[in-house]
Amino acid sequence: MSTGAARPGTTWWPLEILLPLLNLAAALVVTGILVWLLGADPFKATSLLVSGAFGTSEALGYTLYYATSFIFTGLAVAIAFHGGIFNIGSEGQAYIGGLGVGLVGLAFGGLPAVVVVPLAILASAAFGAGWAYIPAWLQAKRGSHIVITTIMFNFIAAALMTYLLVNVMIQPGQQSPETREFEPNAWLPRINDWLGAIGVHIDPSPLNISFLWALICAAAFWVFVWHTRWGYRLRVLGFNEEAAVYAGVPRAATIILAMSISGALSGFVALNEVMGVHHRLLLNFTGGAGFVGIAVALMGRNHPIGICLAALLFGALYQGGSELNFEIPTLTREMVVVIQGLIILMCGALENVFRTPLENLLRGARAKATP
Amino acid sequence: MNESFLILIVLADSTVRVAAPLVLAALGGMFAERSGVIDIGLEGKMLAAAFAAAAIAATSGSALAGLGAAIAVSVLLSLLHGFACITHRGNQVVSGMALNIVLAGLTVVVGNAWFGRGGQTPQLEGSARFAPIDLPFAAQVQNVPVLGPIYAGIISGQNILVYVTAAVVPLTAWLLYRTRFGLRLRAVGETPGAVDTAGISVSLTRYRALVLGGVMCGLSGAYLSIAHNAGFVRDMSAGKGYLALAALIFGKWRPVPTLLACILFAFADAIQSRLQGKALPIVGVIPVQFIQALPYVLTVLLLAGFVGRAIAPKAIGVPYAKER
Repeated sequence: MSTGAARPGTTWWPLEILLPLLNLAAALVVTGILVWLLGADPFKATSLLVSGAFGTSEALGYTLYYATSFIFTGLAVAIAFHGGIFNIGSEGQAYIGGLGVGLVGLAFGGLPAVVVVPLAILASAAFGAGWAYIPAWLQAKRGSHIVITTIMFNFIAAALMTYLLVNVMIQPGQQSPETREFEPNAWLPRINDWLGAIGVHIDPSPLNISFLWALICAAAFWVFVWHTRWGYRLRVLGFNEEAAVYAGVPRAATIILAMSISGALSGFVALNEVMGVHHRLLLNFTGGAGFVGIAVALMGRNHPIGICLAALLFGALYQGGSELNFEIPTLTREMVVVIQGLIILMCGALENVFRTPLENLLRGARAKATP
Repeated sequence: MNESFLILIVLADSTVRVAAPLVLAALGGMFAERSGVIDIGLEGKMLAAAFAAAAIAATSGSALAGLGAAIAVSVLLSLLHGFACITHRGNQVVSGMALNIVLAGLTVVVGNAWFGRGGQTPQLEGSARFAPIDLPFAAQVQNVPVLGPIYAGIISGQNILVYVTAAVVPLTAWLLYRTRFGLRLRAVGETPGAVDTAGISVSLTRYRALVLGGVMCGLSGAYLSIAHNAGFVRDMSAGKGYLALAALIFGKWRPVPTLLACILFAFADAIQSRLQGKALPIVGVIPVQFIQALPYVLTVLLLAGFVGRAIAPKAIGVPYAKER
């Protein structure tokens, strides 16, 4: 797995900034052609999408609300990538993280918010990490391929949550499989309420303070990966496993730690969705955020700044996409899923198609500059 | 006639129906994976093939045309996977996931634009789908004890693709283990360097394996939309591609054990719909979700080495770089 770092002494920006932009452009060109084939005007669609995502304070709120979950899952996938591990299980880990949040919300929702919120953060992290721990342990100790086990764990998580919500946690006397609503102490405050309290008025949106927590996590991610011993070990392991083991990096412990952090970050999706918006635990609240995380991590080149920007892009696509659907009915919301897949294709699978010519170009330019 | 015997016949019949697409996809994936290319894109290819089959069958009125379209689309997607992973040495898992995600969206977008039914295709009738085929004498032998119901209830009355599946299984095993092509394919998945030294193109062999897998995945998708069902609905594959992948691993990348794994998973599915809400002796009511999760739990246990040991082809997931 490429962690995208440039070698010392070379200019870093063409590969770290230009390359993802090229990948994005390629994905958007393909999408544009598709939109045109569907009989819509790609340029009009783009302008509708942008105004739908950023046009009003409400739209911006929704965009950032979607972006919040994507920052969490993007960071989750990225921290595993740094160790050369592909965590496809972010979706399942987020779902199980919701179980942790749900239990806290139901059991301790009556306690003051300053107690419930930290408890929920701990619970979502612990449940998400726990769900990631098993595949990580199996990979580290038994050599089970983590890509396959995490896919299997997504399905197992879905079955487990359906079972719990349909048979155990369902609010008695109602049909749809969801828990009762938490007490208001277990609701995360909305940003528009906070801003309203200091006299700034914006339209209400689901954007809540978990957005701030996502930014804190992004900063902590940066410190962990580039400024701690564990982060260093993780990156060495990602670059060259044999060399890492030879140099004394504890392979198993590093894999398990990275995956546990990854699972914890995934679990935080539940803070945004369950505690911030729905105020109850319900089926499929993750809505594919774990898979968006793959695209976000690849596009953001596993760097927190890149991840936040890529998450913003996807937040805008999700919000703008639903607005776009009102205006042009042929462009359904699934269009966003197509773009997401194309970005994974261009940034990840076809990376070398773009990278190799760019590197050759750079080498040529350097050779010319220093004859 | 014994009632529990009749239940068994019904269970076996629905096991066959559920197993057929799994077998096709899993054996298709086997070609790719034994040649050293991870095929997580089975799910997406199956979904795209199901859509193509239903869309073309609905517009042309011919099930064969639909089948052709399904195979063509699935093979093209396999070639795209090959272009990314073999030619450009991209990450195979990422490429497969990308395909799955693109196609999950694209089938709905295109279906909606084409037919305007929220991603569904029109209901297929008559020659636009593969109808069940009654084998000769099925009605006459029905009353023969034991063998009669087995013949009439399980073997007869399936659609053509089930019989194709039954033929494909020995064919796959023969191709993989008894032909020169199969030997090369397996060698490329274990030690590509040696095959290259012998003057055989690693890339070409892997591309061939992917094309074969694409054909079979196309059959599997067509089975879903124009044989087993009469039309495409969104997210029709519903994880069957991943289940086939699980069966392939559970079958340790070998044809016969993979077939048995598919049958086991399909049987679990068949039994689950019968057991719904019914209490069993000793264990009581088994939750549906438990049986649904069973194939995945078993696969994890196997991968962990607690139930036998699955050893993957040695070169799987490693792009081959010919030294220059």
